[in-house]
Amino acid sequence: MAYLLGIFVAIVAFWMGNSGHYKPLMLGFAALSVGLTLLLSARLKIIDREGAPYVRFVGFATYYPWLFWEIVKSNVVVIKACLRADLDINPALVKVKTTCKTDLAKVTFANSITLTPGTVTVEIDGDKLLVHGLYEANTVPEAFEEMDRRCARAADPSEKAS
Amino acid sequence: MADFVLLAGNTWETVRFPLGGAVCLFGAILCVIGTIGVMRFPDFYTRLHAASITDTSGAFLVLAGMALMAPSWLVLVKLFCMLGFLVLTSATGSHALANAAHTAGLQPKIGPVGQAGHQDHEEGDH
Repeated sequence: MAYLLGIFVAIVAFWMGNSGHYKPLMLGFAALSVGLTLLLSARLKIIDREGAPYVRFVGFATYYPWLFWEIVKSNVVVIKACLRADLDINPALVKVKTTCKTDLAKVTFANSITLTPGTVTVEIDGDKLLVHGLYEANTVPEAFEEMDRRCARAADPSEKAS
Repeated sequence: MADFVLLAGNTWETVRFPLGGAVCLFGAILCVIGTIGVMRFPDFYTRLHAASITDTSGAFLVLAGMALMAPSWLVLVKLFCMLGFLVLTSATGSHALANAAHTAGLQPKIGPVGQAGHQDHEEGDH
């Protein structure tokens, strides 16, 4: 029931944020569409912890600002590499081992690596990630330890809770 | 105090359009820098890194500039949704490209790529 309420609040907030019309007719349509969406999700049986991921909110709310700052820092590095008069890069391909257990944590970790300019996740195989980097010095496996730890903290503990 | 709040509000109203324009312009410049990087880097994987500048800082700054110029909070909500989708999809897209290239057997260039023998040499200062 709590999950249903969570989804209801999220859908209503989404409708409010996108519409901006508050005439009775429009609000009636809104109630109709929200009800239909809830009915369809109930029939699809997706009203569960994945459907209303409020438990992860705190973890990701602390993780993404940190990731944002990392993106800014590595952007500066890659922009310098782009504009240097003499091309001076040192590409490398490394295997990074992750401590993340769940699929969500692994996906968050791989996505964060890809989102940071200068490093791209090429392949995920079990708990090993194949990462291609623009500079060998920035692509050693130790460089990803902090990101790995933070990903595991943001996405994994809630898995243990259930 | 009320005067100060009013003054601050008025100043913000005047300042936010030029500020938003400047942020948008800076984001556009970063997109151009990413394109320059795509042109200069030697192989597929390194070009992907240059393209990710356009994906992240370029797109973020353009969206931030538009958010500063937004006429109402409804537009802000939509811009924020765009930011969220962009964060999730651009990384996934880059990974899909890199993974496809790797699966197809494209070998990345490894090791230092210096200026020696590269065609960028003639653009140097000598």
